[in-house]
Amino acid sequence: MLKVRVIPCLDVKDGRVVKGVQFVDLRDAGDPVESAIAYDAAGADELCFLDITASHENRGTLMDVVSRTAEACFMPLTVGGGVRTIDDIRNLLLAGADKVSIMTAAVNDRDFVRRAAEKFGTQCIVVAVDAKKVSNEGAPDRWEIFTHGGRKPTGIDAVQYAQEVTALGAGEILLTSMDRDGTKIGYDIALTRAIADAVSIPVIASGGVGSLDHMVEGIRDGHASAVLAASIFHFGEHTIREAKEKLRANGLPVRID
Amino acid sequence: MSVAIIDYGSGNLHSAHKAFERAASESGIGGDIIVTSDPELVRAADRIVLPGVGAYADCRRGLDAVPGMVEAMTEAVQGKGRPFLGICVGMQLLADRGLEHVTTPGLGWIGGDVVEIVPDDPALKIPHMGWNTLDQGQDHALLAGIPTGADGWHAYFVHSFHLQPSTRDTVVATTQYGGEITALVAKGTVAGTQFHPEKSQKLGLALIANFLRWRP
Repeated sequence: MLKVRVIPCLDVKDGRVVKGVQFVDLRDAGDPVESAIAYDAAGADELCFLDITASHENRGTLMDVVSRTAEACFMPLTVGGGVRTIDDIRNLLLAGADKVSIMTAAVNDRDFVRRAAEKFGTQCIVVAVDAKKVSNEGAPDRWEIFTHGGRKPTGIDAVQYAQEVTALGAGEILLTSMDRDGTKIGYDIALTRAIADAVSIPVIASGGVGSLDHMVEGIRDGHASAVLAASIFHFGEHTIREAKEKLRANGLPVRID
Repeated sequence: MSVAIIDYGSGNLHSAHKAFERAASESGIGGDIIVTSDPELVRAADRIVLPGVGAYADCRRGLDAVPGMVEAMTEAVQGKGRPFLGICVGMQLLADRGLEHVTTPGLGWIGGDVVEIVPDDPALKIPHMGWNTLDQGQDHALLAGIPTGADGWHAYFVHSFHLQPSTRDTVVATTQYGGEITALVAKGTVAGTQFHPEKSQKLGLALIANFLRWRP
């Protein structure tokens, strides 16, 4: 039986982990590769690097991080952040990423998704959907795509957009509720379910995890195929194992090898 | 012992290379793992690995675009009986035909076609992406020491098509995803995994070590 995936996500800036990972005795909590190795050993099902490096010149450090991670961790690795061109995707895949997540470039030019999927295969193209609720209280739920870290509205309906990028060849959707991101009050379950039920490809729920129960809700009620979390793992509040035990206790299939 | 991982422009071979090196050193088998697009090195290798990601037709085209590669593989494997492992689309290429979008001829080393996964539960997502267990249909050296079945170890899959062999005797292991999915095939010195051993952590490294030890 296919298992639900638990995916820790590391924010990487100029080749260093932002905020650091504190859950294990790392020699260097700021080294993404050491963090990746620790999560690999802890039983993470995949790993996600989100590059928030501002300058293009420092992108080279990311390639080095991806390459060293791929040498040490024999698990799937998704890399996102600042991916704008077919060459960006190629470079990340050659460095050792298994999947590349694209966001703004897909919003600006939907056909980029098609070109990327045709070039590299559906299996490695993840489209990041950052959505915010725009409907008024009492009105039917509606979410829109926001770019620039949730600051810039686009007017694009999130559910329609998810269906569109699926048809264009996306292999997976990384769905982040910009309303919930960083709040620790749980995923936006209505949003997650609306998207997961509308598309034929797997959806990763992200944004708002504060407890292990939230992960259960993301899968059970949100119909996501995977749950992504950052701080809950990085700061040692919970281990990957605890997350999986919780999911299993709620009747959801997990991998504990 | 030399192991040639064939580079024909399909995806990144860096992690496959490192996983084979890790498995070779951890198991104490050792060996020289090379990534190459040189048919002469493939012809001379003791073991051959054919990875592959993306669309079937693209992979076939890429393989054919390396002059002499299919001939070198055929000579080494079919002629000299060198152990061979296909991974993901590299495994699917062993079939007679790929039916992804267009009909593409495979190598024809394992009888069967590569067809779309149609789960009996329409709610199941495609691609079949993530960790799944293996159901072993027959004993095989590649699965030695690897726990299978519902409580066994997990392998990492990511695919929308799978190999449907024409005879059951080539099916070593399957997995369940709204029906039976072919996970591991073998015939003589040829084997192939639909899943990615280089991404399957414990199970993957164990299987690669088994492949390095395999004396078919």
